Amino acid sequence: MQVAITVNGVDHERDVDPRTLLVHFLREELDLTGAKIGCDTSQCGACTVHLDGKVLKSCTLLAVQADGADVTTIEGLAEGGEHHPMQTSFWENHGLQCGYCTPGMIMASAAFAQDNPGASEDEIRHYLEGNICRCTGYHNIVKAVKQVADAAAT
Amino acid sequence: MWPNKFEYTRAGSVDEALGAISDEGKFLAGGHSLLPVMKLRLDAPEQLVDIGGIDSLRGISANGELSIGATTTHAEIAASADVQAMCAGLASACGQVGDQAVRNFGTIGGNIAHADPASDPPTVLVACGATVHIQGAGGARSVGAEDFFVDLFETALDDGELITSVSLPNCSDCQCAYVKFPHPASRYAIVGVAVCLKMDGDTCASADVAVGGATVKAVKCAGAEAALAGSTLDDAALSAAAEAVKADIGDWLAGDIAYPEAYRQQMAGVFLKRAVAAATG
Repeated sequence: MQVAITVNGVDHERDVDPRTLLVHFLREELDLTGAKIGCDTSQCGACTVHLDGKVLKSCTLLAVQADGADVTTIEGLAEGGEHHPMQTSFWENHGLQCGYCTPGMIMASAAFAQDNPGASEDEIRHYLEGNICRCTGYHNIVKAVKQVADAAAT
Repeated sequence: MWPNKFEYTRAGSVDEALGAISDEGKFLAGGHSLLPVMKLRLDAPEQLVDIGGIDSLRGISANGELSIGATTTHAEIAASADVQAMCAGLASACGQVGDQAVRNFGTIGGNIAHADPASDPPTVLVACGATVHIQGAGGARSVGAEDFFVDLFETALDDGELITSVSLPNCSDCQCAYVKFPHPASRYAIVGVAVCLKMDGDTCASADVAVGGATVKAVKCAGAEAALAGSTLDDAALSAAAEAVKADIGDWLAGDIAYPEAYRQQMAGVFLKRAVAAATG
């Protein structure tokens, strides 16, 4: 089935098997391997992207459902050669260990910090319930998100 | 994990969807209940009819009662000022489904059609006396939430029938809450309790109570309701209600190796007290 999906500002048209998940479409059709397939059961958040501005676990949507939509992946988050503030903050606070959960963490956090300026540590920890870090490196991840949320409030 | 192969059809209207569905087909809205089940190969429909783009199935209206279109997302329900005013427990439950990403795309219709016993919205729908509106090739019908949920993953829906909306009585003069014990990984309810209390001063004039998570389906709890009604919600009444709720759900208990039936039954009493505290606090 023919689908037309805009990913990171670029229009892509492909003929896909209807059972293709969006994460497969991104990784295998477009070679955008930032979104990871972790648990593959909508729990871990490693596959998190934005679809029409909303946070989505791309392992739980068919590519055909995203026909006509605008998708942003970690590869498209930086603008004009400059990292997104959340990417910079993860860098500065060392918000990662092995890095596997990082693209999903950053995509989820970028949406959150923008909508919740000045969010508390508790709110950040609660919000990130859908993104799991197997290294358990949450402390610096939360610090990174807090830095951006605080900056957004000033 | 790839789901089974299926034929995919996008419907532009309810009539088109009902015309397209085959005996081996299922309707697809947000897909956040159906796709995980298909990926695990617990279900393998030969056809999916996508109703996600049908505008008439989406949205919330508040004219005397609350009406919520089947493809309205959990996030939309949780954020709706009308739902918060008219059924605070439902707004709370929808705000506790999964995580934000799941709530952004999972829909109320898909959720109840799937009838996962550990999901949050069904418990409130049963407590608050919601009605599920259904359309099929033979016409439309409405079913009370208590009768809609039949058993584990089993509803009153017949093959080829589509949920079009859910309606709830205006509950703005009630004190309504949903409290759950979420599973540490999946966030599904190990126990979820919904209460809807009508207060007359300090006295509870009437109470509606339902339990999910601990049970194979959301269960209305008449014994706990009777223990709360007429009381001032004092410790004695709460303890009596906590005992009664364990009997109310006795025939419907569910459990697993980590959280066995007896534990969940006990926790239903504990979370009933917390739900009353949340509703009146």
